[in-house]
Amino acid sequence: MKQIRVCFYMITVICLITTTAVAATMSVQVRSGQVRSTPSFMGKVVADLVYGDQVITSEEQSGWIKVQVPAKGINGWMHNSALSTKKIELKAGSAGVAQTASGQELALAGKGFNKQVENEFKAKHPNMDFTWIDRMEKFQVNPNEMQKFLEQGGLR
Amino acid sequence: MNKGLIATMMICLMLSGCAQMDSITKVAASVAASTGVITQSQADSISKTSGAIAKSAEDITPEQEYYIGRTIGAVIIGKYSPYQNQKVNRYLNLLGQTLAQASDRPETFGGYHFLVLDSDEINAFAAPGGLIFITRGLLRCCPNEDAVAAVLAHEISHVQLSHGLQAISKSRITTALTTIGVESAKTFTKSEISQLASVFEDSISDITQTLVNSGYSRSFEKDADKGAVQILQRVGYNPNALVEMLQVMQTRLKPGGADFAKTHPSPKDRIEAIQGNIGEYRAVETPSARQARFSAALGDI
Repeated sequence: MKQIRVCFYMITVICLITTTAVAATMSVQVRSGQVRSTPSFMGKVVADLVYGDQVITSEEQSGWIKVQVPAKGINGWMHNSALSTKKIELKAGSAGVAQTASGQELALAGKGFNKQVENEFKAKHPNMDFTWIDRMEKFQVNPNEMQKFLEQGGLR
Repeated sequence: MNKGLIATMMICLMLSGCAQMDSITKVAASVAASTGVITQSQADSISKTSGAIAKSAEDITPEQEYYIGRTIGAVIIGKYSPYQNQKVNRYLNLLGQTLAQASDRPETFGGYHFLVLDSDEINAFAAPGGLIFITRGLLRCCPNEDAVAAVLAHEISHVQLSHGLQAISKSRITTALTTIGVESAKTFTKSEISQLASVFEDSISDITQTLVNSGYSRSFEKDADKGAVQILQRVGYNPNALVEMLQVMQTRLKPGGADFAKTHPSPKDRIEAIQGNIGEYRAVETPSARQARFSAALGDI
């Protein structure tokens, strides 16, 4: 009888984890993440969040997650590719990092392959030129320009 | 039935799942331990093993992917020259970034950015994280905007599917992530940085070797074509544009060339697979306003 109880308990725990996956805390995993008023890239940007910021999530609608940051009064939608279920720890050596046994629930910002490693690589390869990479990253298209591009081209 | 056996069977079942199952395994192991089915040390060991199994390309964070991609981009620009034409690059980014938003992975750490390479070769490269490079030679295979969209969508799919990161040898990822894991509580020492830099360099070389020399597997290319069709349809382009571009490419690729002739399945094979996916060929008809802006931007490419 005890085995059955144990199995039942374990299955219950698994089900709980699965169903609460959306209603949880997630972290912004991109350098700059926009919160929008509607679940679409054409939705008005209501807030800008940065890497490591945490949001409380609720429902999901075709790739878009409803998020809120109560302390800042932010409510809106973010695309799921901008969010991670891992907590992103920005300060190495803080209590949160020390207490976590594995990297599975935690991503360390600025750890691993980072700016420091890139600089080490550049020092070893002085001929390698990153000028155009930095320039490329400045090629930005805003949502209004995209909307206009789609309309003019008779698209979507 | 032996209660230890039941617990072991359940845990094995859980271990066989995907990486997401990792935290579930831990909870299950700790439940089993707290109810006395297994000892605490057995539970710890189960949690640890499942953590080790999960180390793969998926464990590279978007931030690390971004740094890998920047260096891959620098290597590519070192081999080719950028085509310094603002009008052309602007058009490519307008089109490319609009397409990227329709992909399953619209957001990456540093975003999607596109650059034309000043080369007659028929070639394109997607660095992890979203830096995408297209040669003038490949753009000349495109009779209309829909075809350029098809080329860019194919490259976006490689980024979305993390194909570049999967070219890194698995043992390197394990080495890198072990260094990070061990040192998670403090900052890196000089020797750890140099160890990471060496793993970084080897990872860059794995990816470059694949992008420039050996090419991806046929199945990766097939998946990227499938992803491209999906993006094109979502935005409103006719996916047959990919077929028409490949038909032109077929006539221009030179046997033994160091470009798509070497790194990609033949256009004929790709066309067959794409046609199997989208159905009967239907010629691309481009509205005049779309064709006019294409000609204005790429008419003299």
